[in-house]
Amino acid sequence: MRPVLFCLLVLLAACAGPVNDPYPAGERGRDILYAAFSERPKHLDPARSYSANEVAFTGQIYEPPLQYHYLRRPYALIPLTATAIPKPHYYDAAGHELPADAPAAAIARSVYEIHILRGIRYQPHPAFALDASGRPAYLPVPAGQLDHFTRPADFPQQGSRELTAADYVYQIKRLAHPALHSPIFGLMAEYIIGLDQLGARLEKAAKREPVWLDLRRFDLSGVELVDRYTYRIHVKGKYPQFVYWLAMPFFAPVPWEVDAFYSQPGMTEGNLTLDSWPVGTGPYLMTVNQPNRQIRLVRNPNFRGEPYPAEGETGDAADGLLADAGKTMPFIDEAVYSLEMETIPYWNKFLQGWYDASGLSSDNFDQAVQTGARGDAALTPSMRAKGIALKTTVSASLFYTGFNMLDPVVGGLDEKHVKLRQALAIALDIEEYIAIFANGRGIAAQGPLPPGLFGYRQGEAGINPVVYDWRDGQPRRKSIAEARRLLAEAGYPGGREAGSGRPLVLNFDTAARGPDDKARLDWLRKQFKKLDIELVVRGTDYNRFQDKMREGTAQIFEWGWNADYPDPENFLFLLYGPNKKVGGGGENAANYQNPEFDALFTRMKDMDNGPARQAVIDRMVAIVRQDSPWLFGFHPKNYALHHGWLKNVKPNLMANNELKYRRLDPPRRETARQAWNRPQWAGPALLLLAVIVSLLPAGWAYRRKQEARAR
Amino acid sequence: MTAYLLRRVLYALPILIGVNLLTFALFFMVNTPDDMARLHLGIKRVTPEAVAKWKAARGYDKPLFLNAQAPGLAQVTDTIFFEKSLAMFAFDFGTSDDGRNIAGEIGARMWPSLAIALPTFVIGLMVNITVALILLFFRHTYVEWSGVVILVAMMSVSGLFYIIGGQYLFAKVWALAPISGYQGGLNAARFVWLPIVIGVAGGIGAGARWYRTLFLEEAGRDYVRTARAKGLSETAVLFRHILKNGMVPILTGAVAVLPLLFLGSLILESFFGIPGLGSYTIDAINAQDFAIVRAIVFLGAVLYIVGLILTDISYTLVDPRVRLQ
Repeated sequence: MRPVLFCLLVLLAACAGPVNDPYPAGERGRDILYAAFSERPKHLDPARSYSANEVAFTGQIYEPPLQYHYLRRPYALIPLTATAIPKPHYYDAAGHELPADAPAAAIARSVYEIHILRGIRYQPHPAFALDASGRPAYLPVPAGQLDHFTRPADFPQQGSRELTAADYVYQIKRLAHPALHSPIFGLMAEYIIGLDQLGARLEKAAKREPVWLDLRRFDLSGVELVDRYTYRIHVKGKYPQFVYWLAMPFFAPVPWEVDAFYSQPGMTEGNLTLDSWPVGTGPYLMTVNQPNRQIRLVRNPNFRGEPYPAEGETGDAADGLLADAGKTMPFIDEAVYSLEMETIPYWNKFLQGWYDASGLSSDNFDQAVQTGARGDAALTPSMRAKGIALKTTVSASLFYTGFNMLDPVVGGLDEKHVKLRQALAIALDIEEYIAIFANGRGIAAQGPLPPGLFGYRQGEAGINPVVYDWRDGQPRRKSIAEARRLLAEAGYPGGREAGSGRPLVLNFDTAARGPDDKARLDWLRKQFKKLDIELVVRGTDYNRFQDKMREGTAQIFEWGWNADYPDPENFLFLLYGPNKKVGGGGENAANYQNPEFDALFTRMKDMDNGPARQAVIDRMVAIVRQDSPWLFGFHPKNYALHHGWLKNVKPNLMANNELKYRRLDPPRRETARQAWNRPQWAGPALLLLAVIVSLLPAGWAYRRKQEARAR
Repeated sequence: MTAYLLRRVLYALPILIGVNLLTFALFFMVNTPDDMARLHLGIKRVTPEAVAKWKAARGYDKPLFLNAQAPGLAQVTDTIFFEKSLAMFAFDFGTSDDGRNIAGEIGARMWPSLAIALPTFVIGLMVNITVALILLFFRHTYVEWSGVVILVAMMSVSGLFYIIGGQYLFAKVWALAPISGYQGGLNAARFVWLPIVIGVAGGIGAGARWYRTLFLEEAGRDYVRTARAKGLSETAVLFRHILKNGMVPILTGAVAVLPLLFLGSLILESFFGIPGLGSYTIDAINAQDFAIVRAIVFLGAVLYIVGLILTDISYTLVDPRVRLQ
């Protein structure tokens, strides 16, 4: 009897919490952050991971030499594993060192010397395990053992070692590995000396040695190992933006042992790869990787600890963001990310307290946010009652409508075509678009640069004078009459070609052709109709749309860009002539080419931030406003919600290692979950009763039938 | 029977080759290897050189069906079709374009799919047959008329409504089940009962009407009239005679879909966060991951053929007149 009683007690204890708890009972009250991902991360190898949904994980595990300050704005780089931000040393073609203010044209080579901190250790991993004789225990893995292991933690022996500069050098070489297809190899090969040649040599070597290429055997002239804690990177010419790349996982360390470990036969078959199981020195390590269900990060026991920032921007202290100043991070023990492919369950679970934070989709916007008379967003009373907080920030992104500048009707830099585009820029009411289709979550772009980046100007100085006038302290869109005037000057009075009288018909090429897009496309047609221009929507599938863009057969299209790093070069290069998509496959989707703009760009990209650079940027922005190769769309505004028990939340669009800053209040969360998830038995009881009642007539009918048969 | 089964297995080979050929043709009509490479490499900073390298590394730089440049037999064997197809007939599905083992993924995802699909199917079948028999029992009464009206109403409602409504009512308002998620072992029961209930409820409308039609056809036959003339009770007529004779068409539909249950349900799994096979194919199509698409289509074809063979065998069990020769 006693064992039965014990089992019943255990069962009751397990059921003590809410019955709709999606997590194991053993996790209740623990310091675990619960979040979700909607798309499985494809690559966790630091040489390959680039998308936001990938760096959300790699950013917590890998440590590149630099990182972004969590609180400070504008975004600022600070050391992570490096001892300091590396200052480039410049050299001319003869190898003589040049002063820091040397003209860019004289600089043949920039050298970044990076010193890393001593004593940093890797997470426990079988690749570092040593046998009794001091040799790697799993290089190779003993025959037959691999079948039993599905994750690195399954290996009985685990080890660690100190981080060295050689690991950073090894990873830079991996960017050139032919099997990895690193997305930044092409770009970095243009800058890091010798990387291109290394790629060619590795390609040949990979054919000879298909299993594992020990990259230590291959020299890379542009990357120099100085000593155990120092390495140098030699960059062609002057490339001030290079330091930003040093804050991305592409430049995180990868030890040769790990590369060798995962390259062994049989590893890929068991999904034991660096693409699935990252190995780093960061605050967290991955213990579960089930991309169809859950990814779990736990505190790295070997992490050295890092102090929470003691300074931020104005208002951070009042927001409680400096309460943990100086305390050792990370604060949270574990982070569990569950796959949520649909927004409805994600949102409802957030409201029930099963997720600590959530984004905000259009479907739930009205439930969560109300807009004040002055357009300010605030939480609804029901959200405030739950202690939910809202954080908004304008993202360093741009959505725009582009013209194919090679198109004979809308392209070209002559006055007629410029005026046509300017007229369309006035007609397309982006403020209305933001209000209707984005719930007001965005600000109309005045140029290619988003707020927060050097070069962006606010207020009257920052408006696009082609489209707006400054009235009553804010930008006002010019009238349709002004657009019609420009259209007439462009040779299309009343939307018809002067002379022939043929109506002007323009084509909008898009891959968005689903039912959800119809309203948006109808709205777009109406915008063009304001000028009596017929807009034909040429919908096609994604692949054909991309083909059109590459071949230059699209006419008007939508495009966007998310910043890689907070520098104006990362947006202005989208309009740089040599980056044209047609012919070069670059990111200049509009195929815009203005000699003056291009000349200014080559100057601007090498300049340090300051008044001189600002002046160049001002001129560049003025040129593109005048030429209007894009209808500058909008910079989206991110709305993020989080429960009151999650602390130290400040949106940082550049940093990807935010988890270590977060802090939880598990008892408060537990109390809220209990209160919000009490099972309601009355409802199902009523439903059952309704079913029984509805069956009663059938019972009576059965009895009548039986009685009739008996008679 | 062994000879019959062997013959059916041999017949399956050209079918599988045909399915494979069709999958290739359809997939590559929409997606070129260049498209696949670009999508895989990401939308930013993809160079033509990177695309060429990606294709070469995965063998997508070869001709699709015929390599005119190659000598002799290599004209056929040195093609994407041959290289990607051959291994599948040994059930070696290889790795997806992002490097994960496809067989391992299918093995891991199959069980959560089955945990929902199998009970939904079995319970659904029993509920649908029961409802159909009850309606038949109450034929020409208001119970039948109102029942049919309710069934038509139920089948007219979108499956998504059942899912969203069920989640809202049971998981959100009444807090009786997790809204979504999954755990292995016995804990899975907490997560799968609601999708099963919704799956069964969503299928009653169409299912019960279909079985009612089958039973109505049987109810008009001579042997039923004879059974009633013998003085058998209506329950005995329904369950001992009509149901038994109605088993052949029921089996035709039911056994054939049984193996396909492994492939799961896309929408149900998506909304309930069940880590099954339902979304695997759709994700792969969206990601233009041909390795997964061809593996799942191949597996689906194999399972369908297995289902048809099982149906044939089941005929011999329920109808003694049927012989497999």
